[in-house]
Amino acid sequence: MQKNIILTGVGGQGTVLASKLIAAASLAKGYEVMSAETIGMAQKGGSVFSHLRVGDELYSPMIRRGTADLLLAFEPAEAVRMLPYLKPDGTLVVSSHPIMPVTAALSGTDYTGSEMIEYLKREVSDIHVFDGAAAASEIGNPKALNVIMLGAALASGALDFLTADDLLTAIRAKVKPQFVALNERALRYASEKGI
Amino acid sequence: MKKAYLMGNEAIGLGALAAGVNLVSGYPGTPSTEVLETIAAHNDDGRIHVEWSTNEKAGMETAAGAAYAGARTLVTMKQVGLNVATDPLMSLAYIGVEGGMVVLVADDPGPISSQTEQDTRTFARYAKLPCFDPSSVQEAYDMIQEAFEFSEKYHTPVLFRPTTRVDHGYASITIKTPAEYTRHEPKGFARDPGRWVIFPRLSLRAHGAIEHRNAELTQVSSLYERNRLIPAARPVIRSGIVAQGVSWTYLAEALHEFRSEHASELPRQLKIAMPFPFPEELAVEFMHDLDEILCIEELDPVIERELTYICGKYHLPVRIRGKLTGDITAAGENTRDSVYAAVVKFMDWQAAPARTLPQPPLAVVRPPVLCAGCPHRASFYAVKLAMKGQKCLFAGDIGCYTLGNAMPLDMVDTCLCMGAGLGIAQGIRAADPGTKCFAFVGDSTFFAAAIPGAINGVYNQADFILVVLDNSTTAMTGHQPHPGTGHTMMGEVVEKVSIEKTLAGIGIKTIRTVDPLDLEKAVATVRDVAAEPGVKAIIFRSPCIALVTPRGRAHIDADQCRQCKKCIREIGCPGIVIEQGRVTIDASQCTGCGLCSEICPFDAIDVTLDPRGVRLKAKGWPPRQPAAGRQDSADSKGGDQ
Repeated sequence: MQKNIILTGVGGQGTVLASKLIAAASLAKGYEVMSAETIGMAQKGGSVFSHLRVGDELYSPMIRRGTADLLLAFEPAEAVRMLPYLKPDGTLVVSSHPIMPVTAALSGTDYTGSEMIEYLKREVSDIHVFDGAAAASEIGNPKALNVIMLGAALASGALDFLTADDLLTAIRAKVKPQFVALNERALRYASEKGI
Repeated sequence: MKKAYLMGNEAIGLGALAAGVNLVSGYPGTPSTEVLETIAAHNDDGRIHVEWSTNEKAGMETAAGAAYAGARTLVTMKQVGLNVATDPLMSLAYIGVEGGMVVLVADDPGPISSQTEQDTRTFARYAKLPCFDPSSVQEAYDMIQEAFEFSEKYHTPVLFRPTTRVDHGYASITIKTPAEYTRHEPKGFARDPGRWVIFPRLSLRAHGAIEHRNAELTQVSSLYERNRLIPAARPVIRSGIVAQGVSWTYLAEALHEFRSEHASELPRQLKIAMPFPFPEELAVEFMHDLDEILCIEELDPVIERELTYICGKYHLPVRIRGKLTGDITAAGENTRDSVYAAVVKFMDWQAAPARTLPQPPLAVVRPPVLCAGCPHRASFYAVKLAMKGQKCLFAGDIGCYTLGNAMPLDMVDTCLCMGAGLGIAQGIRAADPGTKCFAFVGDSTFFAAAIPGAINGVYNQADFILVVLDNSTTAMTGHQPHPGTGHTMMGEVVEKVSIEKTLAGIGIKTIRTVDPLDLEKAVATVRDVAAEPGVKAIIFRSPCIALVTPRGRAHIDADQCRQCKKCIREIGCPGIVIEQGRVTIDASQCTGCGLCSEICPFDAIDVTLDPRGVRLKAKGWPPRQPAAGRQDSADSKGGDQ
């Protein structure tokens, strides 16, 4: 078994913790894991990504273009940026809610996110789109986005080597007790809504 | 032994602990910083002396001193930090050490967050020091322990140079339990002026001895098991590929992809884990009967040149390809894709079909920006307003505040290296006397590298304005303490070194400290100070927003706002966005700094202050939490650590 996963978004959206949760759940099941992520200057409001690999015979944490099984994108323009990594029959889970770059506020660029989603729909057959920001406000906390995205990845079938319980165990070990219930709701959101 | 999922730098830190390290020093710098932090987080009994030194030179000298006294020492820095510490290290190579001393220098191919793409392997040859080059997280863990043994055995400091992808990669690896750690007790310093005092006569003797030793070490290097020769699939194959560092793992991945399709054609492979002294005998064995070799390495063509030299020396008819032949990129990092492509071309195999995607509908660029509420934005803006219409030079420096170059602030004209802004300002003023010259420097950079430049200005009658952007931390690298913070990595609370008193001691007469978030006062201060002759200083003091709770939150009065967008055009704060065509405060980012409210010509922006005031966010500062600590919520936003 070998799974190549790319997580991407904008600094502050919580992609790194989502990556760590998949890693922790995979390790607990006895899989080997390697990962790499953006660290440093690029994090400040910039594009961020994680390469995450689970399974046998891993030599490098980095993923070659066209070989990712799952692209988990927290933001539509970032999904487009990392799309070259997805293999032709790979799964794309993407939140449709756009994050405006500071440059857009300055230049008045009319980026809405929907043009990116249309592009992604044309290029990817196994695509799962939903508004992650709306989901997070429904759950009651904008910071729940990363666990909602994890739940959507699980519901897509692309994380078939893990169960919701595996991820919940990892979540319980990583977050404070008062946030566990919120994260459980966030994880189940996608499957309950049929995303 | 146990399994653990670790970042490369955590693994290196734990490896040093397993080797019984007694003293760890260094200066923060991406991608090296987490090594020292990991050791500090595992130093509850205070058995190890751990320090962030004022700069790399101070760190190198402290580590050398302890190693003279028999301690096992580690000093950590990034590649440009080695430039600062070169003076002591070049001489230390001659003097040698008693206890094992590992000089960790993290190189940054790309470069991802550095000024240069210099190669510490090249430095190793220049300094005549053995060099270890790990390829993976597990290897880095094991290799740093071997590096200590090697250093102690040969009484020489050794270089250990991971690169960014090893430092910041994660893997599940096998590590020792604390019960399995080596315990190392320093014997104490043995007085011996003939050994420890460098003089020309000693240097001549030492130089000869080093050359002799390094010639012998090429044999040791040939036997070092991490310099690894893998036979070809069949003896008749006359192609070979050599690689180092992460490129070795990319090569392994590429060959793994062809393991069944080309099972009988897999080439002979050589991994170079100790590039200096170069494993000459092993390289000769590798090249024997080969027609062609591909060298896959990052930064300098170190291996390629060594092999070319060995070919000449041994009259080997081998064609060597790599950076010098244009087969591997001369600049920038190698990737899974670039190595795959190079291997496919070299072996004359068929690449897997690649998919070409149409052009995306529009380019959404996200350059790094100063955070919402960052006091540096206010400082730059105050200077910009105060000096409007005057011919000015704004010399920048290394830190978050380099981002002051971005539009619309556009307040960084030069940036060279740590502390250089002061000299650049003095030089430009001397050559172009009609220019008002400012040198911006952060607090950590001030202590690390700016003080000699300030003294130089006072002594040589320079005329410039030194602007210290004091946010009370080393923000860019993830909030490390420094001499001005009053905290050490041993958890002690100590007297802060005062920037004001330091400048006053140098002889600077005009030193004004001001809160940059008080825009009116800040602008007036800059005007007053800039009008004075000679060297003068402004200290803009306001804590990094990542360290403290928000002051409050800004609100836009929809009736008052005329959508002129002056707030956006003037300061480019990521906390001000346009939603549905209207200027809006992004509540998740705004810290209530109030700069936008001072700019608004229609008084449409108000700030509601938090009645509890501004409080320290980080409990138990400085941060010494275990590497795998709990997080406050399912949110990973956490600066640049």
